[in-house]
Amino acid sequence: MKQMQNDNQIISIKGTKDGLIFHINDEASYQDVILQLEEVLASVPHTDQQEKAANVTLQLGYRHVSPEQKKQLREMVEKDNHFYVEKFDSKVISREKAKQWFEEHSLKSISQIVRSGQILDIEGDLLLIGDVNPGGEVRATGDIYILGKLHGIAHAGTKGNDEAVIAASYMNPNQLRISQYISRAPDYETEGVYMECGYLDKENEKIVIDRLQVLPYVQRKLRKLKGGMYDG
Amino acid sequence: MGEAIVITSGKGGVGKSTTTANVGTALALMDKKVCLIDTDIGLRNLDVIMGLENRIIYDIVDVIEERCRLQQALIQDKRFSHLSLLPAAQTSDKSAVTEEGMLKIIAELKQDYDYIIIDCPAGIEQGFKNAIAGADKAIVVTTPEKSSVRDADRIIGLIEQREMERPQLIINRIRNHMMKDGDMLDIDDVIQVLSIDLLGIVIDSDDVIKASNDGEPVALKNDNKASIAYRNIARRILGESVPLQTLEENKGMFQKMKSLFGFKS
Repeated sequence: MKQMQNDNQIISIKGTKDGLIFHINDEASYQDVILQLEEVLASVPHTDQQEKAANVTLQLGYRHVSPEQKKQLREMVEKDNHFYVEKFDSKVISREKAKQWFEEHSLKSISQIVRSGQILDIEGDLLLIGDVNPGGEVRATGDIYILGKLHGIAHAGTKGNDEAVIAASYMNPNQLRISQYISRAPDYETEGVYMECGYLDKENEKIVIDRLQVLPYVQRKLRKLKGGMYDG
Repeated sequence: MGEAIVITSGKGGVGKSTTTANVGTALALMDKKVCLIDTDIGLRNLDVIMGLENRIIYDIVDVIEERCRLQQALIQDKRFSHLSLLPAAQTSDKSAVTEEGMLKIIAELKQDYDYIIIDCPAGIEQGFKNAIAGADKAIVVTTPEKSSVRDADRIIGLIEQREMERPQLIINRIRNHMMKDGDMLDIDDVIQVLSIDLLGIVIDSDDVIKASNDGEPVALKNDNKASIAYRNIARRILGESVPLQTLEENKGMFQKMKSLFGFKS
């Protein structure tokens, strides 16, 4: 373990109760990282008995690694079956990823009537100011809020987000869909309801429709919100 | 410079051709120069409703394929010299007409006529696209039935994607007793879903069918409710504000007395 006492060491290893952390200095060149990683891994004492592979977190700091480099690092660490790379921990993401994250987490407000045969499909949360007529469909990767009448189909969490919710001023939909779950209107004619929301009841794997006022409780249960309102 | 109005509905059988014939006739009654165009190629019937079937020599496909001049294909109405019909072809299909061809014909007609009323075929395929290509505005016809309203909604969605004025709505074939009993959609229900301006309502009347068979548009009759409705629509197109017709039947003397004394009529 001579390398690890070295002043210009690139890789330092720390043990925690969740596994090992490989901290990789983000100022060193990638080539040096590879070289030193090889040495570090080679210096691990080999035991004959088959142990369970230790979980490893690779801390990359401000270094950006490409998917290929990620794959290479993972293969190197996992080669002798002593370690298992649980995750990469990086402080930077690519511009495309950041843009994608922003798209998926921003609220888009659109005012129009979605008529029969039309599909409104967006990334992120949707605030629709207008009606969804019978036969029309709105889709969003996040939540759907409708300031108007929902008669058609609303599909929230299209990319598999179970936590998405659907809220509408007037709810009388053909179908509600959340992630891969679908609920449809009964076969008999129904009057719609005002100010309602739909969310996924994960225990029963069913979409539940309830008053809009329960939404805070639902969202608190579904996701742990940070920040928020303060009661003076 | 005239205005081109397309009459459309999506669903078939809701009364597009009847509405075209009657609105056109009503506008002609008000001394406007009107040309009707039938774009339902292969299934023409506007000429039958107008009673002009026997006079057809050339049709719209002949004009587009330059076998004749536009003026040769136009048929003058029997009743009004300032009302003409450009008939559809019966032997070709919808692909015989192109959007460019329609634009050219309508541009030429606009020089001579105040109103060009285009009868659109059912459906949303090429025939529909041809019909709305040259139109400045659209009138959507629907009946108070769910299937018909659904199709009208689809059509309005397609029209809204074009650079046209907001479409206006005619609710056709209203049966008062069914609407009262709640067996038919209410006028308000229809407007709430479609959320476009109402141009008029037309009551379902046996006389409309009879008039179509006779080749005399019902708008020419004096005392019929449907006839008044069509003439009101024409007046609204001309910019007058005309209140909506009441749907109540005219009560007889005896019934008036009964209601006066508090009996339920």
